[in-house]
Amino acid sequence: MGNAAIARGAIAAGLNVVSGYPGTPSTEVLETAAKSNNGSLYVEWSVNEKAALELGAGAAYCGARSMVTMKQVGLNVASDPLMSLAYIGVKGGMVILVADDPGPISSQTEQDTRHFASYSKLPCFDPSSVQEAYDMIQEAFEFSEKYRTPVLFRPTTRVCHGYASIEVKDPSEHKVNEPEGFVKDSSKWVIFPRLSYNAHIHIEERNAELSKVFSEYGRNLIVPAKSSGIRKAVATHGISYTYVMEALRREDAPSVLKVSTPFPFPEQLAVEFLKDKDEVLCVEELDPIIERELTYICGKYQLPVKIRGKLTHDVKTAGENTCASVSANISAFMGWELPEKAAQEEPPTLPVRPPVLCAGCPHRASFFAVKEAMKGKKSVFCGDIGCYTLGNAMPLDMVDTCLCMGAGVNITQGIGKIEPDTNCFAFVGDSTFFASAITGAVNAVYNQADMTLVVLDNSTTAMTGHQPHPGTGRTMMGQVVDKVSIQEVLRGVGVKTVETVDPLELDKAIACVKRVSAEKGVKAIVFKSPCAVLIKGKSPAVIDSGKCTGCKRCINTLGCPGIVMRDGRPAIESSLCTGCGLCSQVCPFDAIGGGENAD
Amino acid sequence: MQTNILICGVGGQGIVLASKLIAATAMEHDIPVMSAETIGMAQKGGSVFSFLRLGEDIYCPMFPEGSADIIIGFEPAEAVRMLPYLKKGGQVVVNTHPIMPVTATLKGSDYTGQEMLDYIERNVQNSAFIDGETACREIGSPKVLNMIMLGAAVRRGTIPFSVEDIEATMLRTVKPQFAELNSRALRYTK
Repeated sequence: MGNAAIARGAIAAGLNVVSGYPGTPSTEVLETAAKSNNGSLYVEWSVNEKAALELGAGAAYCGARSMVTMKQVGLNVASDPLMSLAYIGVKGGMVILVADDPGPISSQTEQDTRHFASYSKLPCFDPSSVQEAYDMIQEAFEFSEKYRTPVLFRPTTRVCHGYASIEVKDPSEHKVNEPEGFVKDSSKWVIFPRLSYNAHIHIEERNAELSKVFSEYGRNLIVPAKSSGIRKAVATHGISYTYVMEALRREDAPSVLKVSTPFPFPEQLAVEFLKDKDEVLCVEELDPIIERELTYICGKYQLPVKIRGKLTHDVKTAGENTCASVSANISAFMGWELPEKAAQEEPPTLPVRPPVLCAGCPHRASFFAVKEAMKGKKSVFCGDIGCYTLGNAMPLDMVDTCLCMGAGVNITQGIGKIEPDTNCFAFVGDSTFFASAITGAVNAVYNQADMTLVVLDNSTTAMTGHQPHPGTGRTMMGQVVDKVSIQEVLRGVGVKTVETVDPLELDKAIACVKRVSAEKGVKAIVFKSPCAVLIKGKSPAVIDSGKCTGCKRCINTLGCPGIVMRDGRPAIESSLCTGCGLCSQVCPFDAIGGGENAD
Repeated sequence: MQTNILICGVGGQGIVLASKLIAATAMEHDIPVMSAETIGMAQKGGSVFSFLRLGEDIYCPMFPEGSADIIIGFEPAEAVRMLPYLKKGGQVVVNTHPIMPVTATLKGSDYTGQEMLDYIERNVQNSAFIDGETACREIGSPKVLNMIMLGAAVRRGTIPFSVEDIEATMLRTVKPQFAELNSRALRYTK
């Protein structure tokens, strides 16, 4: 996997410290580093991306080689230390790995980290394949250390989650980096306006130099045209480069510019590429960054080249590229005919499969308990980032808002200030609670909010593949540590009512919600039940066909993939059912049994 | 010589592991391999696919429509969804047991998968239908569908390995207590 290659590459580069926060598609980088740890590496899942980046910076101040991993929206959380660290710089090599998600497939935004590179003025590396990611991350560490600056490394989903057989170094060829330790120097490590002014001058000079250096860097390259006299060309980057090369398997293929360092942009190489050209098509994912750079360079050097791409609507502005879309873009640009599609019979209507909460997921019970308790009352349910965002789907329909990590607890306060007659709820998962909802709870207590905070505690970070967090009592180094108690944190910041209940005990859970939400002020319920994927399920539920009237209340209230219609009647899909027992508590005719402990 | 393989189905059916076994077996035989698959939110009951490419001179793991040598469909509708990727004369191996999406259950849809299987029958000359539900029941675990499908697919001859090759990789990968079960599943189709 690309992410594994990145981790292995970083280790080959003498990595000492890796920290991060889980987020698709970046998660497996840190996990692979932890698995490959021979004891010389410090690995941690930090509480959030800001903490991870600051820890990585501290290690790099000491001369350690550090890597910090996150997804693109994670960089928003870490942007405060990032922007300042760009001025301070580092001693040991520091790579900030930020995985972008064109599509988006698993994210809130389609933001382009290449913009963050130019905004923060940090060099950025953009690998196009698994092999290149392995090689390039080692080079990124060299550049970082040579220029004493953190660098950004930003693969996209198809590189992160692509698999390939690659050439790797023998462990004997791995660099060994022994950190010198922290050397005190307040003129270097303490940011002040004067330092920032001087650093700004230095950064601009350095980036002008790096632009020249990157024009010579072998991964920025011009693939020559396959025959002479072709005055059109294609500029691209990342995984799109491979789609372009697949589309250009023909004798009249134009030349291609591959940009692996979008910032500082390899300007001289681009000038060389643009000479003798009439038109260039930019094939990019996310934002038209190469397109704008080339347009700028054409203006600066007065080159009569028409630059086309997203800005000229020759390439779609959103979503990810595919082999097919790139082939179509290039064919239209080159005036090539697309191969005719074989006529095929129109397929039957295909069922749509939106993602849903798993069979047996305790979040389903939590949402249903709150829904039942608040029936007929004016309520708002602010959701957050995690599996439980899927509580928005019918028939639960229990997520009215979702914005970004930790936002729900504050959004519900804002709604409450305008609509004081509304029962305001915020749902937050355990990992998200630690990452960024605690400040929201403090804000609610301090500013006299009237709200119920519902923590969905399934004892893991489920959506990204079950990473430990402060509440689990396990670290990524494999240590067993004291659990940070969500209940104690809430009580500690002044939440007076904090109740804990198992949502799969439905009657108790509903009663708890009714009781707690009726109180004034800030109160909290912790729904505690482990993620269904992590526990050994019970025997599947059994529907007593003598008692079942076919009313479909189980299906219409819960929307569990473990219950299907077969021959006009509800039936249990035994390959999915975990025997959680929720449907048996919902059935008005007591027709659903089973769910005994297996064995 | 290139082989393009597409595995598709629904999250939770074991598609990722099936894909990894083919990839690992290819590496064992010094055949360059690339693959790409859905991970993340779509895993939870969504459509899942894995593209695999075996051979030299490959730039990217995804291949365009009309170029799969074989589609291994773990679910009838998912096989039909990906059918445009099949090349002319390509093969389809499909599990006949449908998975009803929750949305369809809620709407009272009568999706049975049969219309999908009929469509494949009509439009693909070289297809094999595997009753994965019965096979899993006979072997005694719902978790071995991926091995049943993999075994059936390898026997078609398009993938350049034998069932024994895949089995050798599998034995190195799965926990010892599941080895025998998975071996039986790989050999279920004759």
